[in-house]
Amino acid sequence: MSDAVVPHRIEPSAQTSRSGRNWLKRALDSDIFYSFRRSRMTMVAAAVTILFFLLAIFASQLAVQNPFDPAQLQLMNSRISPLWTADGQSPFLLGTDEQGRDVFSAILYGLRISLVVGVLGVIFAGALGITLGLIAGYVGGAVDGLIMRIADVQLTFPAILIALIVNGVAKSVFGNRLDAMSTLAVLVVAIGLSFWVQYARTVRGSVMVEKNKDYVAAAQLIGLPAPKIIFRHVLPNTMGPILVIATINLALAIITEATLSFLGAGMPDTMPSLGTLIRIGNNYLFAGEWWIVAFPGIALAGLILSINLLGDWLRDALNPKLR
Amino acid sequence: MLAFTLRRAIQAIGVMIAVGVIAFSMFRFAGDPVNQIVSLDTPAAEREAVRKSLGLDDPVPVQFARYFANAAQFKFGVSYQFRQPVSTLLMERMPATLELAACATVFAMVLGILMGVYSALRRDTFLTKIFQAVSLIGISLPTFLIGILMIYLFSVTLGWLPSFGRGDVVRIGWWTTGLLTLSGLKALIMPSITLGLFQMTLIMRLVRAEMLEVLRTDYIRFARARGLTTRAVHFGHALKNTLVPVITVAGLQFGSVIAFAIITETVFQWPGMGLLFVQAVQNVDIPIMAAYLLMVSLIFVTINLVVDILYTIVDPRLRSTISRPA
Repeated sequence: MSDAVVPHRIEPSAQTSRSGRNWLKRALDSDIFYSFRRSRMTMVAAAVTILFFLLAIFASQLAVQNPFDPAQLQLMNSRISPLWTADGQSPFLLGTDEQGRDVFSAILYGLRISLVVGVLGVIFAGALGITLGLIAGYVGGAVDGLIMRIADVQLTFPAILIALIVNGVAKSVFGNRLDAMSTLAVLVVAIGLSFWVQYARTVRGSVMVEKNKDYVAAAQLIGLPAPKIIFRHVLPNTMGPILVIATINLALAIITEATLSFLGAGMPDTMPSLGTLIRIGNNYLFAGEWWIVAFPGIALAGLILSINLLGDWLRDALNPKLR
Repeated sequence: MLAFTLRRAIQAIGVMIAVGVIAFSMFRFAGDPVNQIVSLDTPAAEREAVRKSLGLDDPVPVQFARYFANAAQFKFGVSYQFRQPVSTLLMERMPATLELAACATVFAMVLGILMGVYSALRRDTFLTKIFQAVSLIGISLPTFLIGILMIYLFSVTLGWLPSFGRGDVVRIGWWTTGLLTLSGLKALIMPSITLGLFQMTLIMRLVRAEMLEVLRTDYIRFARARGLTTRAVHFGHALKNTLVPVITVAGLQFGSVIAFAIITETVFQWPGMGLLFVQAVQNVDIPIMAAYLLMVSLIFVTINLVVDILYTIVDPRLRSTISRPA
C-alpha cells in the first residue's frame, strides 16, 4: 500500500515469479506496517476482527448444533442459563433461547449472516459509488452535475431511513413473504444504495486531480480508450481513501443491517443475523433471561468497535499529513 | 443573493417532487391493497366496493394527480391497518416525536458542549480520556443496544424508570405533552439519552476540535495579552466563536434526530411517528410509509434551505463563492 502514490507499477513478467517474497518483505518494511506495530490498540482490534471472521467462516464446525435445523432443536433444552451459572448445562456454553437453540451456535451463524450482508453491502456500495464517481469525475459537465446533485440530495437523508424505505418498497413489490435468501439480497441492495455517496464523492475528487496529471495525458495520447484509462490507470491511484471508507462503511453496514433486523425489517427468525437475535432476545429481558440478548449484543458491539478502531487507524496511517 | 435563494428554493421544490414521485410509485408497486384490508372470504362485490371507496379503480395519471393535490394539503389517504386518515394518525403522534427529538437535542447540546470544552482545555486528564472512551462507544454501539442496556439497568434491575410509553400526558389543544407530569418526565429520560447520545458525541468532537483551533488564533493570544482572566478568554471569546458551527450542525442534525427516533421509539415503544412508520414497513402499510417519507423529506429540505440561506446572510464570504461544496 505504501506505493499508492506511484502512478502505475511496471512489473516485467520475468520478475513476477520472485515478487511473492518481495511483496511480503516490502509489506513488512512499509510505513503502514510500522504504524500498525506501534499501536497496540490497533493490533488487538485487528486480532479481534480476524477472530470474528474466523468464527463466522468455521461456524458450522464450531457450533454444537445447527440453529437453522428445527430437527436439532429440542424444547426440553429451552431457556437454559449460561454454563457458569447454577442452572447451566453442558454443552450450552452461553445458554439457550426459548426454542432450545444454543445461544453460542446462534451467534456464530448470526455473525456469518451479519458479516455476509455487511461485506456484500460494502462491495455493492463501493462498486456503485466508485463507478459513478469515476464517470462523474472523468466525464464532467452535465453528467457530473446530475450525479453529484443526486448524491447531495441523498446525503441529507440518513442511511437508515433510505434502507428502511428500500426495504419497505421491496416488501411491497415482492409481497410480504420473501424467503430468507431474497431478504438477504434486499438488505444488501438497501445498504448499497444508502452508502454509495461517500465513495462517489471521494473518487470524483481524486479523479479530478488525477486526470490533469501527465500519465493520463500520456495514456490519452497513445490512444487508450477512456474506460481503460479510468479503470486501469486512474482508479488504482484513488484506492487509499477508498480503503478507509470501505473499512468504516463495513462497521456502518453491519450496524444498519442489525438495526433493520432489530426493527423487524431485516433477516427473518428462521435465518437470524445478530440484529434478529437481539430482537428475539429483547422479548425475554423482563423474564430475567438476559443471556439471550446480552451475548449477541456483546458480539455485535465488539465486532463494530474493533472494525471502527481499524478504520480509524487506517485513516491516520494513510494520511500523508499525519506521518 | 436573491438569485441564490431562488435557486435553492427551486432545488428544494425539485427534491420534494422527486420524493413525491417515489412515494407515489410505492403505491403502484404495492400489488393490490384491497387484499390487505379485506379477509380471504370477502365476496367480490364487497371487494369492489372497498376498491371504489379508496379510489383505486381510477386510471394511474388521475390517481397520481390526486395524490399530489392531496399531499399538498396534508391529506395522505387512509391507513390500510388502522382504517383511519393517515394525517390524523401522524398528527396524533407528532407531538411525541417532536418532544423526544427536542429533549434529545437539548441533552446532546448541553452535555456535548460541556464535555467538548473540558476535553479541549484539559487535554490529558483522566476525565478527558473517559469522555473520549464514551464518544467512541457512542459511535460504535448501535442505538438499540444502548436502549436495551439502559432498560435492563434502570427498569429491569433497579426499577427506577419506566421501560416503555410516554407516561401520563397532558393535552393542550391538539398537542399532547409529557413535560408536565412526573411520570411523563420520567418516561422521557431514557429515550432522550438513547436518542441524543450519538449527537452528543458528534457535538463533543466538534466543540473540542473547534476550541483547539480557536485557542491557537491571534485574537485569543491578544485577549490573554490584554490581561483578561482565563475564564473570560475561554468562555467569552473562544467558546463563543465555536458556537456558530456547533449550532449549525445541531440544526442540520435535527432532521436526523427525527429519523433516528425510529429506532429509539421502537426500543421504548414510544408512541411517535417513527414507531408508526416501522409498523407500517412491517405491515406494508403504504399510505403511512409514503406520508412519513414526505413529511420527513419536507423537514429535511426546509432545514437545509433555511441553513443555506442563513449562512449566506451570516457569512458574507459565501456570497461570492455561491456553489458551496456542501
